[in-house]
Formats: sequence, structure tokens, C-alpha cells
Amino acid sequence: MAEEMRVVLRNYGKIDPLNIDDYINAGGYKALEKARSMSQADVIAEVRKSNLRGRGGAGFNAGMKWNFAYGVQADQKYVICNADEGEPGTYKDRIIMENDPHAVFEGMAICGYAIGANKGYIYCRGEYPYVVDLLNQAIAQAKAKGVLGEFDIEVRMGAGAYVCGEETALIESIEGHRGEPRYKPPFPPVSGLWGKPTIVNNVETFANVAQIIEKGGDWYAGLGAASYPGTKVLTLTGDVVNRTVIEVPTNTTIREVIFGFGGGIRDGKKFKAVQIGGTSGGFIPESLLDTPIDFDSMTAIGAVLGSGAVFVMDETRDIVDVVERIAGFFEHESCGKCAPCREGTMRMYELMKKVKSGKGTVKDIELMKKLGGVMSVACLCGLGQAAPSPVLTTITHFRADYDAKLQ
Amino acid sequence: MADYQEIIASYRGTPGGIIEAYHAVQREYNYIPAEAVKEAAGVFGLSEAQAYGVATFYSYLSVEPRGRYIIRMCESAPCHIAGAEEVIQAFEHALGIKVGETTADGKFTLELTECVGQCQGTPVITINSQPYAGVSAEQVPAILAQCK
Repeated sequence: MAEEMRVVLRNYGKIDPLNIDDYINAGGYKALEKARSMSQADVIAEVRKSNLRGRGGAGFNAGMKWNFAYGVQADQKYVICNADEGEPGTYKDRIIMENDPHAVFEGMAICGYAIGANKGYIYCRGEYPYVVDLLNQAIAQAKAKGVLGEFDIEVRMGAGAYVCGEETALIESIEGHRGEPRYKPPFPPVSGLWGKPTIVNNVETFANVAQIIEKGGDWYAGLGAASYPGTKVLTLTGDVVNRTVIEVPTNTTIREVIFGFGGGIRDGKKFKAVQIGGTSGGFIPESLLDTPIDFDSMTAIGAVLGSGAVFVMDETRDIVDVVERIAGFFEHESCGKCAPCREGTMRMYELMKKVKSGKGTVKDIELMKKLGGVMSVACLCGLGQAAPSPVLTTITHFRADYDAKLQ
Repeated sequence: MADYQEIIASYRGTPGGIIEAYHAVQREYNYIPAEAVKEAAGVFGLSEAQAYGVATFYSYLSVEPRGRYIIRMCESAPCHIAGAEEVIQAFEHALGIKVGETTADGKFTLELTECVGQCQGTPVITINSQPYAGVSAEQVPAILAQCK
């Protein structure tokens, strides 16, 4: 069986997260020191060379993103850590922050140095008040030790809006507004928080950075899959034996994740489906389980790696029932700013309820396919664009579950 | 109980601090009273409509009075297949209220929520933000008995 590889969770279970000396004794904050002895351009070049891509779901090259913000002249720039982990079935960022908060701060401070920002925010979801307390204590320790230098970090608390995981909605929320996504361009590295160049990266992305600076971009680029190197922290939920968190190289296959690390399906039942990447991810059938989990391989099969949630369903699960619940989620979480999402998520939920209740027809299935197609191109942000994916992929791969309910 | 005016005033110098102020008010009052929304509008230089718009955008914030114990049941897909429905019915039965309601004595409010990020032990509820993982319908009376 493949082995776990701990880069992000390198200190998991080994240090006391509320004792900064533990982190420092484990080699912590040396990478920040090293980065500060390099030129800003060299730090960015190293991160680019590592080919580290965003771990929040979008998969954008982190070093390239930093380079955009570095290249803009401004009196103030910001670094934001996206800790608004709201993707159902995902709790990896909580695990990272609860066990190794300084790894996140160090990554943020390296980014701050590289782009020329002296202020960082961690936007942590409101459902994690205990994590906010821990972060604030850890920040106080870092300030007392002086390890962050001129770089200041402030924690802001989200308030239960899934859409705020979208970076411009998150920025709106920090500014004290309703968390509605902005029109892009301009993108945040050019004009973000209070109109200033801003880098927004996920918790897991930042937690990789110190290791890249310490061991080099070439080392990181050689881990896992070539086009999306490194590791991914996954959270296994649903009908899998081991409901747990793991970190694996990105060339690990879905089958290895579920049947190796996950221990297979509960109660001796058979596998039916897995949804990866969170509640907007595509549903994957048995025939595609030998796909590696890296970003591009997942995209190629019409699925996503997303946040790394792995939601497993056994043979007894009614796919229509699960997808109806998911459609209800999007209807609730749509912020209402753009019509394709506001109306689309509502109509999709209506249609799914109709099918689930046994009143649907083949015409409704065709309508959902058409509606989903329109939403995936016409919605303003990723929420609406990805929302139809569970419906569309289950119509493709699990059509029998739908047909059994049609009139 | 700290006065909402004092609480909000302490965030005056925080750029974009209205959401932090609302959280702080809610920690004291369990909800955001209408007067506090009006106060926040003044302190942060917003219209009352804008301040109300912020208060009602976020599901974690409430402008309606709620009980001392706010019980939230996760209804996201992993909790859904783990039997969230039975647990919510058990709470409704035990408390004699429906989702979204507060008991007559002002002690309990029952709400639905989306994922709270404790999916290692589904289904999950939170009581005043404290998570309880792997909850079954049978455990509901014992959980309620802990709330004094």
C-alpha cells in the first residue's frame, strides 16, 4: 500500500501548537529567516519553481499569483489566509491550524516579504471560534518572540456564508460588507482588500511554503504528480471504514485513498460512488477509481480535487436523495447577486425535489442538463459555476437512480 | 451584561469591524437587537439598511431573539446520510418545537446549519458553537439534560 507523506502535517501530533518553542525547535521560522536573506524576486522564483498550486480548489500557481502582486507599485499590500473552510465534508484547514498554527503564519510572512506586504489577515470561519482563540494565542506568542518581525497578523471571523470562500467575497467580508463576489478583473493581486494588491491563499497552501523555501523548489516539484506536485490533505467521510484525515502525494489514486487508507467500505458493503472536492465536486463511479487525485487528472474525468473532501457512498445509498440535499445546499448558500445562480440554484432544487418525490419526467432531466450547462458558464463566481456539477455528473454516471424515480 | 453600545464602540477603530462587532454583541445577547444594528450603522458610517443587510446576510448572525442554548444540526450531505433527519426529529420531539423556533421558556433554539467542519464523526450538532460528533437520536435526552 502507498504511504502517507507529511509535508503540510509535518508537525502533526509532534508539537504543542500553543508552545512556540516546540515549533522553533522543530526548525520553525528558519525558512522565514532564509527568505529574508534572499531577494524578493528569488523567493517568488523558488515558489514558482516548486509549481505549488492553490490548495483551496482553484489550483492556480501560487508563485505566479505572488508575482502579480509583487509587480504592482502600492503604498500598502495585504496577505490573506483563506480559512473560511465551508466545503461540506472538509475539515483539513481546521486540523492544520489546530495542530501547527505557526506553519501557516510562517508561510504568510514569507509571502508578505516576497510581495512587500506588512499586514496579514486570517479569515477564519465563524463555526470555528475555538480555532480563532488558538490562533490569537499563537499570534501573541509569535509577537512576543519577535519572529514575525514587521509582519502583523490579525484574525477575522467569518459568519456562516459559504460564498465567502470565494476570494473577492471574502475580501468584501473583511471590509465589513455582505459577502458578495466582485466582478473580475481586476483580480485581487492587483486590486483587492481596500483596493490594494492582495494575495489570498488557502491555509494548506501557506502551510507548504516554509518547506519549499527550506528544501527548495526542485525538491517540492519532484513530489507526487508532475503537473500538481506535492501532497494533498484529504478528509474521508461517509461510508468508508476510516473516517479520518490523511496527507498523500498527489499521484495517489482514488482507489488507494478509499480502499487503502480508507480501509474500504463499511459493514462489508460494496462501493457505489465517491464525491471528491466538496459538495460541488463531481460524483465518480467505480470505473474511474484508478484516476490519480491530482488537479489535472481529476479535471480530465469531469471531477475536481477541490478542497480534498472524499465523501464515499455505499451500494445502498440513493444518489437522487443525496443530490437533492446538495441542490438544497446551493439554493441556501447562493448569495443572490447574479441571476443565473440565484434563479438557477432555486430551479435546480425544485426539479430535484420533483424527481425525488417520483413526479419527475425525462423532460425534467433534460431541463436540468440544460440549466446546469447555462449555470456553469453564466454564473458570476465559482459557487454558481460548480453548483450543477453533482447533478450533471450523477445524471451521466448514475442515470439508473434517476430513471427508477421517473414517471 | 455588557451594553451593546460599549461593545460596538470598542470596534470603532477596526476597519471593516462591523462583523466583529456583531459577533461580540451576539456573544452577549445571543442575537443582534434592532437597536444594536442602528448603533452599528452610526459607528461604522453606514446607512441602517446597509447595517441590516450585513446582519442578515450571514447565517451565523441572527436579528431575532434566540434561546440561551442554540442547538444547530448539520444537514450537509455527509451528516444527511449519517442520519441527521432522525436526530433533528428527536430534538423537535423532546423540545416540542420545530426547527427555527425557540422554547417558550427561552432556553433552547433549534436551527439547521450547513457543514461545521467536524465530519470525522457524523452526524454533528453544535450547542452554542461547541461541537458534538456522532450524535444519535437516543442520545438527545441526555444531551439536553446537560444544558442547565
